[in-house]
Amino acid sequence: MKILLIGNPNVGKSVIFSRLTGVRVITSNYPGSTVNYTKGYMKLAEAQVEVIDVPGTYTLEPTCEAEEVALRMLDSGDMVINVVNATNLERNLYLTLQLLERNIPLVVALNMWDDTRHLGINIDLDKLRKMLGVPVFPTVAKTGEGIKALVDNLPKAVSPEMPTRSHEERWAAVGNIIENVQQVTHRHHTWSERLADASVRSFSGGIIALFVLVAAFLVIRFIGEALIGGVFDPFFTYFWLPVLIQVSALLEGGGFLHNILIGTLIGGNVDFVQSFGLFSSGLYVPFAMVLPYIISFYLVLGLLEDTGYLPRLAVLADTVMHRLGLHGYAIIPTLLGFGCNVPAVLATRILESNRERFIAATLISIAVPCAALQAMIFGLLGAQGWKYVAIVYGTLFSVWIVLGVFLRQFVKGFTPELLIEIPPYRLPPWKATLQKLWMRTYGFLVEAVPMILGAIVVINILFFLGIFETIADFTAPVVNGILGLPKEAVTALVVGFLRKDVAVGMLAPLALTAEQLVVGCVVLAMFFPCIATFVVLLRELGVINMLKSAAIMITTALVAGGLLNLML
Amino acid sequence: MKIKILKDLKSGESGKISKIDGGHGMVNRLAALDIRLGSAIKKLSAGVMGGPVTIEVNRTQIAIGFGMAKRIFVEIEDSGK
Repeated sequence: MKILLIGNPNVGKSVIFSRLTGVRVITSNYPGSTVNYTKGYMKLAEAQVEVIDVPGTYTLEPTCEAEEVALRMLDSGDMVINVVNATNLERNLYLTLQLLERNIPLVVALNMWDDTRHLGINIDLDKLRKMLGVPVFPTVAKTGEGIKALVDNLPKAVSPEMPTRSHEERWAAVGNIIENVQQVTHRHHTWSERLADASVRSFSGGIIALFVLVAAFLVIRFIGEALIGGVFDPFFTYFWLPVLIQVSALLEGGGFLHNILIGTLIGGNVDFVQSFGLFSSGLYVPFAMVLPYIISFYLVLGLLEDTGYLPRLAVLADTVMHRLGLHGYAIIPTLLGFGCNVPAVLATRILESNRERFIAATLISIAVPCAALQAMIFGLLGAQGWKYVAIVYGTLFSVWIVLGVFLRQFVKGFTPELLIEIPPYRLPPWKATLQKLWMRTYGFLVEAVPMILGAIVVINILFFLGIFETIADFTAPVVNGILGLPKEAVTALVVGFLRKDVAVGMLAPLALTAEQLVVGCVVLAMFFPCIATFVVLLRELGVINMLKSAAIMITTALVAGGLLNLML
Repeated sequence: MKIKILKDLKSGESGKISKIDGGHGMVNRLAALDIRLGSAIKKLSAGVMGGPVTIEVNRTQIAIGFGMAKRIFVEIEDSGK
């Protein structure tokens, strides 16, 4: 038995899904936060049933990839819980009527029921049940109100006789239902609606956006630095370092095992950044350099997502994004990319055309550095002066613009106009926001940390076997000639395919000048996606487009790196 | 009774959609968001320099790309003056 949660975007399907199955999913306040389906299980009358959280859709005639996923899922389900936004019955019922025509048992969850009261909306539930011919239950997913009644009544799901209608007939039927069941009384504007109006107007909105983004950046930096300086670095320096020194002495300061576990001693000492052993850099890089920024970035991103600000940013960004062959909504996957490129590439599914998805995914992979990479750039390059960090960001931003303008000219296909629903502002549901932060941090810990440790072991073995030297000699003309880096820097580029944070770390022992470090960081960021991003790109774009995208990445990275080398 | 193009409406002006000058795809995308012939809308903010126009339909805010806003015609309500 398979139960599908289907409804318009941003009506709370994922929150209901979590309530039903206990499976934690990432929820946000913008349409399109779920782009792929999530599976979970719940008990229903002593039986284990599968529940699927389907991406939101306005209609069963799909207009983008996320909606196509929804349609495909529908054919495989045995029952539908149609999640409806009670504050906007008119639009939501259209999908309900389409679903009723499909001969699949259905119940309606009338979600956001609490909002109807203060919005002055009155819905006659009995009449609505009668007119739809299916059970209807009011719910407030975020508090759990009404979920039990919904679950208890799932067995009553039915598929009433419903004629197949044309668009106009369906809208007429919706109009008829609304007239009979809904009453709206007038009320005054609230402060949040005034703010909502101001944040999409171009002048006041632009100022608000600038303020929000600068504040976001400062808060991320502040929290990240505070965690490093106040918690993680002291822990490593005062507790872990003495342990390592003991172990190092035990291993007599050298040898294969010492190299793998502790790494190379720098000036006779263990150096957390440069030694590159499993227990030195292998732990320090992920926990004391990257993790603090993962926490601070995802805290701020979570707040932006949950308040409902992101779609407003999309409206403001629309004009600029059209120059890059995208529309404003592409700003959302782009922002996600500053955390990790993997969910960012997946999120391009909210874009309607293949052309947009190709451009967005390529631009993200090239010019949007993930949090782990940024943390390392801050850590290494920041120590040389913030001017250099600014050059890296300035270069990546210029590449984003120039390459976007270029791709817009040469990538075939069309970019549709922006058309999005702007959700009302909400206070972040603190518990859910923190839970989301924990899920993302946990994701980093279980996916990235083993990868980082593995990469360090592989690097040490390759060094030991002298394989890197062979590669370095082979690629010397490019690395040295074009980029102006010592030939050994190629090892970092190779390792960049595994983990970019580790790769930047590998530049540390090379004694590069600040300018060379800038070139190294820029090329590493742009050259090629890490393996995790590569896999999703391959799946989302297909082999041929992935190859095109990769060719663009390598060319752009060499051009940008070469130019920087000449100019600095 | 006056008919205006959505992009030319002033912020705060409201009316009913009287014509959508677009292909099937555009009409369907708009319809899915309940922007159809006869829908009562209110313009909230204008798109400057080709930016999207924001409107309110059934208590929901929707941003519409400028190119589409040029092809939606709105019959302005009599303000009673």
